[in-house]
This record gives sequence, structure tokens and C-alpha cells, in this order.
Amino acid sequence: MMWIIGVTLVLVAAVGTVVALTPGPERQAVTLSLYALVLTLLFFELSAPDVALSQLGIGTAVVPLIVMLAVRKIARMRARTGAGDRERRAPR
Amino acid sequence: MSRGVRMAVCAVGALGVAVLLAAAFTRMPAFGGAHHPYRDAAVGAAVRHATPNVVSSLNFDQRGLDTLVEEMILVACVLASVALLRPAHHESERPARTGGRVLPASRLVGYVLLPVTLALGLDVVLHGHLTPGGGFQGGVILATGLHLVYVTGDYAALRRLRPVAWYAYGEAAGAGAFLLLALAGLVSARGFMADILPPGRFGALFSAGTVLPFSAATGCAVVCGMVVLLAAFFRQELQITETGEADR
Repeated sequence: MMWIIGVTLVLVAAVGTVVALTPGPERQAVTLSLYALVLTLLFFELSAPDVALSQLGIGTAVVPLIVMLAVRKIARMRARTGAGDRERRAPR
Repeated sequence: MSRGVRMAVCAVGALGVAVLLAAAFTRMPAFGGAHHPYRDAAVGAAVRHATPNVVSSLNFDQRGLDTLVEEMILVACVLASVALLRPAHHESERPARTGGRVLPASRLVGYVLLPVTLALGLDVVLHGHLTPGGGFQGGVILATGLHLVYVTGDYAALRRLRPVAWYAYGEAAGAGAFLLLALAGLVSARGFMADILPPGRFGALFSAGTVLPFSAATGCAVVCGMVVLLAAFFRQELQITETGEADR
């Protein structure tokens, strides 16, 4: 059983590094959800199924979804202020 | 503060943490050992209160106060997010666009998994005192399951499935029920959050005293809070535009 935990710990470190090195928050949301899946596995192996369930729901689904929605909204606002600078100065 | 001073302050703090951690690690029991005084105390208390899932006994009975505070933090966070995400004065709301292309496979997966996930979430909430799970985990599963309707590409169906006002009431009702249950312990003169219900038969559905009602109240607050939170984000993304954007 010990070696499975060891392998999962190495996996957690590897996927965590991948998340940190992923460029762009919208792509990071996807790798972050993968990272949450690996963490779920680790919690389950350390006999904490309750924590694993929370991690599965929050980490793989809710947090990436919120990040995606926020990133899209910010990108749209940036595109608008970038493209619409002249318009904005003109009287409405 | 200049960069150099900041780095120096950070180094002092990091050094302190490192020393404390090193001192703590040297006196830690080995990984996977058999000596767990806290576990023995917690398992004993859980068994006396007829709660097979010791984690739920800790969350809702032995250390219920922590859960109460967490629940209030969740309610405050949802409230703050919804306040921040409401339309600002230079923004206007438009009806969400309908239609869009969805792969038939995603549609099928969404429709098949929706009832399965909802049943699983209810099961996790209602059996939280017996098997792994509880109000928080089940609530998150339920909220995630509801949003599977969005995966099928139908924002209109998602809006029909979750009238947000009702979920806002549900969040308040869940958190309020939790507080009232906690106060009921005071009224019965056994202490705040005391286990006032009979423990029942070990392993039966209606057992474990107040763990099940606390867990159910948490589940109600969590599913409703998550739905309200995600609804605010969806509304900001899909329906709210800056004034004038829709005309262009």
C-alpha cells in the first residue's frame, strides 16, 4: 500500500508543476481540474474518503468553472476597452 | 517599502517558519504508526453517540462549532460574491442567447448523468452519518449535478431548473435551521450544539442524534449557496453587457 501512496505523491508533485507552468489562466483551469483529480486519489488512498469527495466536487468542477467564467468575462471586457478607447472618449 | 526590504522581511519570516517546522517534524510520530491518541478519543466518542462515520461525528457533533463558523463563512462569501457580481451602473442585462451547437454525445451524457448525480448527492447527504459524505459533500454533488443541464448546452433549461430566488431562500433556511438546532441545545440546558436527539440504533438511518439534521441543514445551505454563486457568475458571463455593447 505504501508504494501506491508514494507513486501518487510523485504524481501530485508532477501535475502541480504542470499547473504552475501552464501558460494562461484559461488553460490552467483545465490542468487545475486534473490536479484536483490526482489529489482526490491521494486523499482516498490516505483513507480520507470524505475529504476526497469534497475535493472531487469543488476542485474538479466548481473552481475550474468559476475560473473559466471569470476569465472569459475579463477577456471580453479587455477586448472592449482595447477596441473601444476612441468610442469611449466621444460623448454618448 | 523597497524590494530589498520586502525580501529581507520575507526571509526572516521564512526562516522562522522553517525552524518551527523542523522542530515540529523531529518530534512527529512516524508515518503510518499505530499510536493515535486523538483517533482513539474521537472514535470512542463517535461510537457512544451511535455515529459510524467518525468524520461526520467530528464535523457535526464533537467539533460542530467549527462547522457552524464554516457555514457562516460560506454564506458570507456567497453574499459578497453576489453583491460584487450584480450589474453595475454602466452595465445592462439582456436576455441570454439561445441555441448554439452541442454534440449529441454531450447532450446524452448530460441527460443520463443528471438524475444519477442528483440521486447520488441526496444519498451522500442523507447517509452522511453512516458512510463517507455528509451535508457539504452531498450539497456540492447536487449543485454540480444541476449544472449538468448547462453541459447539454441549454442555459434556458438551467434557468428553469433553478429559480435563483428560491435557492436564495433555501440557503437562508439551511443556515438558519443550523443555527436554530444549535440554539435548541442551549434551550434544553445541555449546551450550545449539544446532541439533544436520542442516539438510536447504531447504523440505522434515523440514528446518530443531531448529526443527521445538522448534516441535512448544511446540505441545504451548501447546494443553494453553490447554485446562487454559480448563477451570479453565469449571469455576469451570459447576460450582462456593458451599455452599448449589444448595439454594435
